[in-house]
Amino acid sequence: MDKSDNNIDQYRRRFLERSTAIAAGGLLAPGVLLHAIANARPADEAVTGKVRWGMLIDSNKCKTGCNKCVQACETENGLKRTGRPDIDAQWIRKVTLKQKQTGHTTSLPMLCQHCAEPPCVDVCPTGASFKRADGIVLVDKHICIGCRYCMMACPYKARSFIHEDLSDQKAHAPRGKGTVESCTFCVHRVDKGESPACVSACDEGAMTFGDMNDPASEISQRLREVQSTEIRGDLGLNLGVRYQGI
Amino acid sequence: MKYPVCREIEGNSPAFISLLVILGALIAAGLGAALYMEHEGHHVTGMNNQIVWGMPHVFAVFLIVAASGALNVASISSVFGKVVYKPLAPLSGLLALSLLVGGLVVLVLDLGHPDRLIVAMTNYNFKSIFAWNIFLYNGFIAVVAVYLWMLMERRMNTYAKAVGVVAFVWRLILTTGTGSIFGFLVARQFYDAAMMAPLFIVMSFSFGLAVFILVLFVSFWGSGRPMGDVIVDRMRALLSLFVITVLFFVAIFHLTNLYATEHHGIEAFILRDGGIYTFMFWVGYVFVGSVVPLLLLNFSGRARAEMVAVSAGLVIVGGLAMMYVIIIGGQAYPLVMFPGYEVVSEFSDGVVNAYQPSLPEFLLGIGGVAFALAIVAAAVKVLRFLPLSLADKDIDPHYRPEAVTADTAAPSEA
Repeated sequence: MDKSDNNIDQYRRRFLERSTAIAAGGLLAPGVLLHAIANARPADEAVTGKVRWGMLIDSNKCKTGCNKCVQACETENGLKRTGRPDIDAQWIRKVTLKQKQTGHTTSLPMLCQHCAEPPCVDVCPTGASFKRADGIVLVDKHICIGCRYCMMACPYKARSFIHEDLSDQKAHAPRGKGTVESCTFCVHRVDKGESPACVSACDEGAMTFGDMNDPASEISQRLREVQSTEIRGDLGLNLGVRYQGI
Repeated sequence: MKYPVCREIEGNSPAFISLLVILGALIAAGLGAALYMEHEGHHVTGMNNQIVWGMPHVFAVFLIVAASGALNVASISSVFGKVVYKPLAPLSGLLALSLLVGGLVVLVLDLGHPDRLIVAMTNYNFKSIFAWNIFLYNGFIAVVAVYLWMLMERRMNTYAKAVGVVAFVWRLILTTGTGSIFGFLVARQFYDAAMMAPLFIVMSFSFGLAVFILVLFVSFWGSGRPMGDVIVDRMRALLSLFVITVLFFVAIFHLTNLYATEHHGIEAFILRDGGIYTFMFWVGYVFVGSVVPLLLLNFSGRARAEMVAVSAGLVIVGGLAMMYVIIIGGQAYPLVMFPGYEVVSEFSDGVVNAYQPSLPEFLLGIGGVAFALAIVAAAVKVLRFLPLSLADKDIDPHYRPEAVTADTAAPSEA
């Protein structure tokens, strides 16, 4: 065999490899998608504790100055800036950290950490603050009396009190003056099998969302592989949001 | 010793009518402020998403703490059997009730949804210390009401001690609950301390007695009823003791924090770098609210009612300053989420949170105080709360006329 025959063989081999890969991808991708949809909870079925929704945030990938997750959250949930940051509702915010000793700078989004043992739920006198079986911490706006004790109790400053009248609310994210609110993990999207708006908006791939109880889920696999941190882990709250790189 | 006689005050003097008018105006202003805050939303107040509890809470918590302390005098009489205090027990119970109601009104009217009070009364999360407090407050009102009945209905007097013991234990638990509202907050550096409960109990002794003294003395001066040295001196000594006790607890609280490196930040903030909070602590609470009253109470010669009243007033000022430091100062210091890091964000991370109390908040707080005092004023006019006399001969079982007059008069034959 001369050299050119060899080359032709190589081309053929490479062609076969690639076409097989494309065909496999083309066949499998819809399957994976269907699998995700099939796994999404039907609307008439109760939430169960079999699922624990969680998020892994890789601060190494999170860019300083990038605010896409915050903007996506505001658009998705109809949050508007009032011109007074001290009373603005903030469900997710970008925080920049600088190591005092070394000067190393890190950027990351802070949001409700969806604790397994949420202090806000403990202190709420009426039970308006509650945790769904799947780990999502929410506020029932109908029985919130606006005492703000949950805001005193939250170690993450994740909650906002609505100080003014609201207009043009989103039907899927009802809010109310005189009540407290916080990140819902975009529960309306999650219940349809989608990811929260912030996760979808992050181009850097810094946010992974999924079921922490499912050993096969991407988030579970990554949490097994990488070193992750819970903010104020000393409180032992078993957080739904974990960070990589801090 | 004669049985203490309590009678309604006449309550027709121009001074009394003016008092009612002023209190009425303050209550109206407070209600107006609450309506304004409720209608506009809390953006018209100085409170925000960082300082979530403001001036109304300073007043409300002060009133609730003082309420349980105002019951001291009745407890000393019924539980510890000191007969000198017996004539004062009904007023003590009345003040405890009215201060609590005044504080709760402020707390409720500051809610984001005061209209949902019925929700708060029908939906309970029993892990919440707030929910326990709803029971403790309502229960306290019921127990003290029954206690007043036992005290004021002569046929029921025999049960006064038993109910008095229940009321005494209840008020200790109640203030434990109030202190634990802060003590149970694991998130914040300045709270999260078991010490908060006993600290609040001793604060209630001091602040409650101070309010009681002022109300008692002003009522007696206003109604022209006689008040002897014995009761004034008892009040002087008791207030002095309570002020010292609070100082001790506050000192231990801060010393414990100062020993632990993790709390150095918050302690430096409150004790040294906190601006208004440092001022409120050292000048408001320590100097004006503790040192000056202690000097006046102990080193101003023979006890004079005016001096005791001034001291009580200063203790109240100091108490409000202390509440400001605890409630607002504790929130102003940034949450420590990332130890060892400098934190920056668009939403006030890593910075001292600013708070500028607004007029409506003040008016609501003052309105609550006025409401409590109005209840007292109305009650002493229509019911027999105030003793006719606190003259030494009427209240002191050890009273001997010759002891007083020995210097100037010859011993009597009797």
